[in-house]
Amino acid sequence: MTSREFEIVVDGRPIVVSGDATLAAALLNAGVVHFRTSVTGEARAPLCGMGSCFECRVRVNGVAHQRACLLPCEEGMIVDTGTPSMRTQPP
Amino acid sequence: MTVECDVLVVGGGPAGLAAAACAAEHGARVVAVDQGARPGGQVWRHVHRDHLPALGRDWIARCERSGVRWIAQAAVVDGSARDGLVVVRRGESFVVRARRIVIATGARELFLPFPGWTLPNVLGLGGAKALLDSGMTVRGKRVVVAGTGPLLFPVAAAVARSGAHVATVAEQAPLRQVARFAVGLVDHPGKLLQGVRYRGAFARTRYHLDTWIGRAEGNGGLERVVLTNGRRTWIEPCDLLCCSSGLVPNTDLARLLGCVVHDGIVSVDEHQQTSDPCVYCAGEPTGVAGDAAALIEGEIAGRCAADDATLRRGSPLYVTRDRWRRFATDLAAAFHPRSEMLERPDAGTILCRCEDVRCGSIDSRWTGRQARLYTRIGMGPCQGAVCGPACQLLFGFAPGAVRPPLGAPSIEALLPATTSSDSM
Repeated sequence: MTSREFEIVVDGRPIVVSGDATLAAALLNAGVVHFRTSVTGEARAPLCGMGSCFECRVRVNGVAHQRACLLPCEEGMIVDTGTPSMRTQPP
Repeated sequence: MTVECDVLVVGGGPAGLAAAACAAEHGARVVAVDQGARPGGQVWRHVHRDHLPALGRDWIARCERSGVRWIAQAAVVDGSARDGLVVVRRGESFVVRARRIVIATGARELFLPFPGWTLPNVLGLGGAKALLDSGMTVRGKRVVVAGTGPLLFPVAAAVARSGAHVATVAEQAPLRQVARFAVGLVDHPGKLLQGVRYRGAFARTRYHLDTWIGRAEGNGGLERVVLTNGRRTWIEPCDLLCCSSGLVPNTDLARLLGCVVHDGIVSVDEHQQTSDPCVYCAGEPTGVAGDAAALIEGEIAGRCAADDATLRRGSPLYVTRDRWRRFATDLAAAFHPRSEMLERPDAGTILCRCEDVRCGSIDSRWTGRQARLYTRIGMGPCQGAVCGPACQLLFGFAPGAVRPPLGAPSIEALLPATTSSDSM
């Protein structure tokens, strides 16, 4: 079965995703390996795939700390990856 | 907003689906709350329903026919059995009040830290399966599958069927334990057959026993994993490492509701009733035994929660359930982490991924509470879901108390609705 495909914007770059995939799967398929930046500056990517580890957090449509593994892709989603974690953000 | 019902089921995997469907079929008004976008939990996570095994498709369809009100992408964050549970969905909260609650929150993976486990492309075993079932593609990649227990088989099979090359499958348990477990499978021919079928999917890959991960390495991303059997150490180049050290029952909700939890397992009687007569529990939180056990326990919990008086001790459902409980005991005996995996990793290895606390920062004389206060270990967004069980095994820390809110809901979701002018 083929599924609907559409574009989302990841770090300013449009990518075509399968409309049924979760955002985490779509980002991994697009070669993203830097989902978030840890408090000491390391690149992190999904670990648990099911919402418990919080390593796949990205900014979605301006809202920070969204778990990509729990979010289905939606057309036109604007995603920012690699954003620093809460404590390293300026006030 | 408050939703009223007879039975509230928390969790949408096999146990939750069976509990919800069976309670509704016995006349109860049922609400089910699940974190996933679609019913099925982790075992039956799917993109297209026709990719699911027939059993999963049938239970989801049965649940839909039964009239259960399904609330997807929602999580219980607070509440009590008496006053109702606070549910957060898409940034908004509401209360569900029910006469009975069925806890079917499943399990998560046990991760024992090793050098390099924080590199991108190091995934859990269940994590890899969940991501594959969510649309991840691994075609052409070289994959190492390592860890323990029967979960290695469906994961290696799923990776191979997705067009990746499974370089190695490594089971940490010794031959003697695995052999005893395999002999015991004659009591569960369905599981044995399933195992053989999975093995066929990665037939050309060597299945190493007595083998565990030394470290993972790579520059910015995973490039290779170092495996060892205690006598010999070798390097496997790979693009993806799928690994974990077992499963941990999710008992936070049970503990929040005040149910008795012993050794990480929710105590239930023969009717799946917890220490609180209004609260039932089914599936992995009562001891990890897999999907077949979860379905039976869910059915018992759902029917008892709906006051089905025809179920009693000695009924065939109960006999089958007790057989699966023995399977849980066999699983735990065969696949517990070996002593080498419980040695403390190097000082530089990260223990808490949220707060980047390294093993060397933890003084073994501390209590868990001291470790939290001095280092912030377990205080990040996952609230110790990942490092907590590892710290219990590596440092003997007692599990921390459960404090609401569960998970990490946004503060806006928990506050009464505000207008844009006073939201600053």
